[in-house]
Amino acid sequence: MARNGKPRRAPRSNGKTNGHAKAAHWVGRKLKRKEDPRLIQGITHYTDDLKLPRMLYCTLVRSPYAHAEIRGIRTDAARAVSGVAGVFTAEDTASLGMVPCAIQMPDLKVPKHPVLATDRVRYVGEPVAAVVADDLYAARDAAELVEVDYEPLPVVTDMQKALSNDTPYVHDEFRSNKAFTHTLKNGDIAAAFKKADRVVKQRMLNQRLAPIAMETRAVLAEYLPGEHRLTVWSSTQIPHLLRTQVSVMLGLPETAVRVIAPEVGGGFGSKLNVYAEEGLIPWLAMKLGRPVKWSETRRENFTATIHGRDTINDVELALKKDGTVLGLRVRILADLGAYHQLLTPLIPQLTALMLAGCYKFPAIDIEIQGVFTNKMSTDAYRGAGRPEATYIVERIMDIAAHELGMDSAQFRLKNFPQPKEFPFTTITGLTYDSAKYQESLKRALQLAGYDTLRRRQKNGWKQGKYYGVGVSTYVEICAIGPSAATPAGGWESGTVRVEPTGKVTVLTGASPHGQGQETTFAQLIADELGIDPEDVSVVHGDTMAVPYGIGTFGSRATAVGGTAAYLATQKLKAKMATLAAHLLGSTPGDITIGRGHLTAKRNKKSISFGELVMAAYTARNIPPGFEPGMEATHFFEPSNFTFPFGAHIASVEVDAETGEVKVDKYVAVDDCGNVINPLLVDGQIQGGIAQGIGQAMWEELIYNEEGQLVTGSLMEYALPKAHFLPEFTLDRTVTPSPVNPMGVKGVGEAGTIASTPCMVNAVCDALSPLGIRHIEMPLKPERVWRAIIQVQAAPKEPEPAIVPALAAAAARKPAQKTARRRV
Amino acid sequence: MIPANFDYESPRTLSEALELLASREDAKILAGGHSLLPAMKLRLAQPALLVDIGRIGGLSYVRESGEHIRIGAMTTHAEIASSKVLQRFSPLLPQAACQIGDMQVRNCGTIGGSLAQAHPAADYPAVVLALDAEIVVASRTGEREIPAREFFTGMFSTELHPHEIITEIRVPRTDDQGIAYKKHHHPASGYAVVGVAVRLKLSVGKIDTVAIGITGVGQNAYRATAVENALRGKPVAAIREATAHVAKNVEVLSDNYASSDYRQHLAAVLTRRALEQAAGGRAK
Repeated sequence: MARNGKPRRAPRSNGKTNGHAKAAHWVGRKLKRKEDPRLIQGITHYTDDLKLPRMLYCTLVRSPYAHAEIRGIRTDAARAVSGVAGVFTAEDTASLGMVPCAIQMPDLKVPKHPVLATDRVRYVGEPVAAVVADDLYAARDAAELVEVDYEPLPVVTDMQKALSNDTPYVHDEFRSNKAFTHTLKNGDIAAAFKKADRVVKQRMLNQRLAPIAMETRAVLAEYLPGEHRLTVWSSTQIPHLLRTQVSVMLGLPETAVRVIAPEVGGGFGSKLNVYAEEGLIPWLAMKLGRPVKWSETRRENFTATIHGRDTINDVELALKKDGTVLGLRVRILADLGAYHQLLTPLIPQLTALMLAGCYKFPAIDIEIQGVFTNKMSTDAYRGAGRPEATYIVERIMDIAAHELGMDSAQFRLKNFPQPKEFPFTTITGLTYDSAKYQESLKRALQLAGYDTLRRRQKNGWKQGKYYGVGVSTYVEICAIGPSAATPAGGWESGTVRVEPTGKVTVLTGASPHGQGQETTFAQLIADELGIDPEDVSVVHGDTMAVPYGIGTFGSRATAVGGTAAYLATQKLKAKMATLAAHLLGSTPGDITIGRGHLTAKRNKKSISFGELVMAAYTARNIPPGFEPGMEATHFFEPSNFTFPFGAHIASVEVDAETGEVKVDKYVAVDDCGNVINPLLVDGQIQGGIAQGIGQAMWEELIYNEEGQLVTGSLMEYALPKAHFLPEFTLDRTVTPSPVNPMGVKGVGEAGTIASTPCMVNAVCDALSPLGIRHIEMPLKPERVWRAIIQVQAAPKEPEPAIVPALAAAAARKPAQKTARRRV
Repeated sequence: MIPANFDYESPRTLSEALELLASREDAKILAGGHSLLPAMKLRLAQPALLVDIGRIGGLSYVRESGEHIRIGAMTTHAEIASSKVLQRFSPLLPQAACQIGDMQVRNCGTIGGSLAQAHPAADYPAVVLALDAEIVVASRTGEREIPAREFFTGMFSTELHPHEIITEIRVPRTDDQGIAYKKHHHPASGYAVVGVAVRLKLSVGKIDTVAIGITGVGQNAYRATAVENALRGKPVAAIREATAHVAKNVEVLSDNYASSDYRQHLAAVLTRRALEQAAGGRAK
């Protein structure tokens, strides 16, 4: 990775939050991850690696139809296969609770969502029967023998058709496919459009994506009747919330359920959920009296793990001719799929909140309709609503800049709030904590050599070369979040325990699954206690070991979970100071902690960290009323979200003959507040940018009219590969958040949020001299090519064709799939 | 993923393998396994017997032999890509081989396996066509040579009889010719959405020899004879116009990634670019 300019070491804090001086020497360092040696060597365990004595294997029979009535299911042939322990259908699992949805909204239609389909299937991949056997071979062989008598029903996969009068209903009981309408209005929108010199309109789609974590989902359950203890291993981002939900689904006391998230190989939001299998597999283990394991195949992962995005957006921006924005009107159709998963209806609401972007809109008017279709549910996927919002805002801003003939960077600078306006209240009602949007954009322009790129672009046009420069400035909502704004609590727990030998255990309710908090939390706590990160062990993902927590999602683990651990450490430090003062003949306020010692400033006496901790445990010489031991817990409730931001610039070249796009430069300047480990922050940004460019360029889940997922394998669904991308140039600005004492903001999703519109802006910018203003994602070469031949075939002013072959192709046939050119 | 039940044999000699192959109706040959095993894991293929020819000695080589280069059927894509002999005497194959799939695929996949599979978007078929290669196959009754131009008969279908095994591929030396392989990779699978292999020789400014193999466009790889005919005896300036005939009489494939219109357009563009490159940039 290239980092142009001087690598800036993030200052540890804004200086206001910590009363006493300390040697802050681990935070801010590029420590390699403590997690990596075991992961790289393969000497650790994911759920699928676990094997228990007498364990059975489960395979699910899934619907091949997007919509059908189940007339009957015959399981006798499957049961007869040697090694099969049982075949189960909805009749057997009637006592199991529904797959939960945590979202409550007025008038929200919440369909029944059984773990196995009862009389109907509503999407391809819906589980219908479970086959359990001694080994997977027997289970798969038997699964092929389960006979389901389906009566296919009319299918609806198109949201607009789903809302029309003449449509099949996904759920007959609602007599409508509309699940909810959500509005957010503020300011005088009518006046804004009335006084506007110009109104810029564009429809833009945000296509359906698959999260594709490297590790697919897996669940293992074991029930020990003597202890009345159900243990569930699951590849999840939310072990405690899952425990609560599993106990509800199975009707067990929560104390009888233990959830363990072993190594989890990525989630991107797809494991921030409670799935049918997470209720079903424990139920099977209890029913059969043997451990049962289920591991998802990649095909199942495509069809039966939540999807992301999938919205149709009609956007209107009101502007003054000097480029000042006056108002934004957005109408969104959000495809929810057939059922609500845990947070399905929430995601579009996050989009609404973030639609002001980093601009001063005086008025906004948003209406979102959630629509049922015969597809897998959508839910949180990296960014969860914010990439959708940022795409809308950043695309319409770019289109507006082109229409006004303004430079897209200057146009943005004109509409940013000034740094002195923070905390800044947006038109959508959020309070942005801190930001300097101007600084990150200017830095990005400088690193990209923006003026040079623009010159190359102008010269290129003369030679028939199409270079484009894409700018995207973003703000995101992180550290989710204040509990009032979340369905199940937005706090986090942290316990810090100094063991008698002076080694430290940190228990966190966050549930890292690739983010590296075993390293960053160790750095953070090591600095607070004046010890080495090697001596700090971070434990997570086991509900029997860790106090109740919320989990890892929404770029919250460090800003909320890290703060909980930090504040627990402050309690410990106060306790240590009390004991040290007692032992050193001083007062607590006189004690400093650092470099493995506690020292009394006045009499210069000191005691080693180890001796002090041992004294707390032996407890033979402690002050009156002093509680022995050395452990503290803090449940941290944040007062606000945090709002990281930044500016990305992409430089591309479009081959106008083939429609192929080459990214030749990508610059990202991100601001996630103070940085604990620059290496990990860069890693998050790198991966995020790749994933976001993946949406812009290649990724796309396509359901056909029959509701079959036609891009449901890695042979059709194109993930970004390393050689598709240039080396990214990364830098950052540091604007600490006032919301937490460490001044951190969160960085897990930033790259994904900024890079998608950045790429589309770049490609549309490249083709702007041809009169192309918008091309839908993904920017497949054919889409780009069609957009080009379409404008060239357009009857208006006859421009010379760029390439004769193009003109010939354009003349040959009209476009089939229209790459939209709307005015 | 868990395949259906199957028997497995790994003979040590070619004649044993041929016997085994003839012994069972639904036996399949396992070479590099990069097409067959994924299909078996999805239970799309359920052969009763796998005859693994990977342990038969002497099927992996690249040898110079007079006017030809002889390549053992079990030679991997990686070996072909890095073969000094091929790079020197017949570089079109290595140029295409290094664009197949990814490193893991190239390290396991074999030229014989790829040709026998005859995937409509595989890279080698275009190349062996452009090279006028001979495909040597063995059966219990003996050996025969199939010219590449007669080998591919449809989607996943070839002249190969069920009980035959490809043993060798013979390609001509092309030291005196310009060659090029141009490919548009499918971003997910890495297969050729369009792949164009060309071989070209100029004689006093005119095109003397020209051979164009196209993959990814039709049911099977083919020679773009209409383009070749339009170019023979013509100056390189004729290339642009001639490439319009690249899919003449071909039913062009269409899928979610590329419609038949786009594929055909891409084939014309890549053919032109390949020919121009093979002509040493002298076209324009």
